[in-house]
Amino acid sequence: MSVPERASTIRAAVAGRQLSAVEVCRAALGRIERRDPALHAFLHVDAERALARAAELDRSPDPTAPLLGVPVAVKDNICTAGVPTTAASRLLEGYVPPYSAAVVERLERAGAVVVGKTNCDEFAMGSSTEHSAFGPTRNPWALDRTPGGSSGGSAVAVAAGMVPLSLGSDTGGSIRQPAALCGVFGLKPTYGRVSRYGLIAFASSLDQIGPFATSTEDLAMALSAIAGHDARDSTSSVAPMADVASALTGEAKGLRVGVPRDLIGDGVEPDVRRAFEASLDVLRDAGAAIVNVVLPHAALAIPVYYLVANAEASSNLARYDGVRYGARAEGATLHDVYYRTRALFGAEAKRRIMIGTFVLSAGYYDAYYVKAQQVRALIRRDYDRAFAACDVVAVPTSPTAAFRLGERTGDPLQMYLADVFTVAANLAGLPAISIPCGTTASGGEQLPVGLQLTGRLFAEATLLRAASAVERRLPMPAPPAGSSL
Amino acid sequence: MLSPADVDRIAALARLELSDEERVRFATQLTAILAYADEIQQADTSGATGDDGAAPATPLREDALRPSLHREDVLAQAPAADPAAGLFKVPRVLGS
Repeated sequence: MSVPERASTIRAAVAGRQLSAVEVCRAALGRIERRDPALHAFLHVDAERALARAAELDRSPDPTAPLLGVPVAVKDNICTAGVPTTAASRLLEGYVPPYSAAVVERLERAGAVVVGKTNCDEFAMGSSTEHSAFGPTRNPWALDRTPGGSSGGSAVAVAAGMVPLSLGSDTGGSIRQPAALCGVFGLKPTYGRVSRYGLIAFASSLDQIGPFATSTEDLAMALSAIAGHDARDSTSSVAPMADVASALTGEAKGLRVGVPRDLIGDGVEPDVRRAFEASLDVLRDAGAAIVNVVLPHAALAIPVYYLVANAEASSNLARYDGVRYGARAEGATLHDVYYRTRALFGAEAKRRIMIGTFVLSAGYYDAYYVKAQQVRALIRRDYDRAFAACDVVAVPTSPTAAFRLGERTGDPLQMYLADVFTVAANLAGLPAISIPCGTTASGGEQLPVGLQLTGRLFAEATLLRAASAVERRLPMPAPPAGSSL
Repeated sequence: MLSPADVDRIAALARLELSDEERVRFATQLTAILAYADEIQQADTSGATGDDGAAPATPLREDALRPSLHREDVLAQAPAADPAAGLFKVPRVLGS
């Protein structure tokens, strides 16, 4: 049989011995070879290693393994033992981690085959994947446009059909925004739901790992495989995981969808607004009630985010000093080594380290960092109050469809505004999903639009149920460039 | 408004070497970003305690010995090391 494109059907075919894991792996590697030169979703593909792993699965296949034989791609800020991991930075060029991240261990235990590492903004800092030290990734819907970011490579690997599943990380929208711009599902789980052991830290009070997929069934399979407590990450929660697969009913009866109208302002493109409103109609048809909610402090989420995240980043990135791993620029003294090595950071990482260092410095700490943490508490309280009246909060994932390469790189603030609807969920620790909900039509170019739903703490099952209701009623077309390459 | 001297002070705190072009560009960009961030000053936070983003239900692990990475595997990734002595190598700490 030919190799199917979805994880659920691949798993069934390998478990039923209609296909071998090696055949599936070869098909994925072939697609990457054909399609990736135009897209640059991958920084590293280890065909030999992936085929060896697939052959091992074929020798003693466990038919109960939930991801048996499924090829996956992993963002390059997630450590893979024996496979280069750079976080798209010159600082980690040549680094080969001596251990795997908890999520990689769990994927492999579930029977998945990691085929490669995906491109991203350097240290996951960006919204377009243009801040990669190794060149940008392109959007399979329009090759002159960005896929969003920072997990742009993982979004494109799935959107262009190279692999059925991938992992990204989301600190301020880095899974959901590229999922929206590439027309796939992307989930940021609750803070604490998935272990970050082996994730290269950016902003530790915000970072979370999550999956990309082309169906809610595949997304639920991936989440189930990676979620759960891990003693190696002190922020990993013991909260029990619901059976997310059984949540995919395709219906939304009784679900209350809250819409914060005040937030959805002039910055939202008309086509995005149209697709968003249509998706609310779809949820209503599926049995949901649409209600108005207010999040009075959410308008401050972007400034709060860029203060908190950069403060944490300046601390986390202090470790790249040319001593223990990664790149070193030589100098006569240790002082020179530090300064010259850290000059290898790209412009965006430098900007963020500078902002973070400034807001944590004497005289500015209270006015910026402490104040931001206080507003963060108010944002969290806004959600607590909204969830008295609704079960999920709905906004467009991104105010615009995919923007052009180079359009925003000269203006950091303009780039930051790409995250206007996504950062609040990270600040409040809440789970949020981006659901493909249509395409733009104007300008003759068809580009995907995402609907974002944010839920209560640990309520991933509610998000997946609502997503399945939209999925059943709004089938997404495939990206024209991705499938023809 | 941040001056190039302010930028130098921050860069020194962060041990970052900047080019002349970066010093000028960052002074402008950081000023704009911080002016935008100042929007948070309008929020009434009286009585609000800071939120550090902690997740619920996160028990501490037992404080017990457990295996860690092997020293030779870690040193193999260092830019310079003396594996036999178990040391990372760096140039002199003080100037000559």
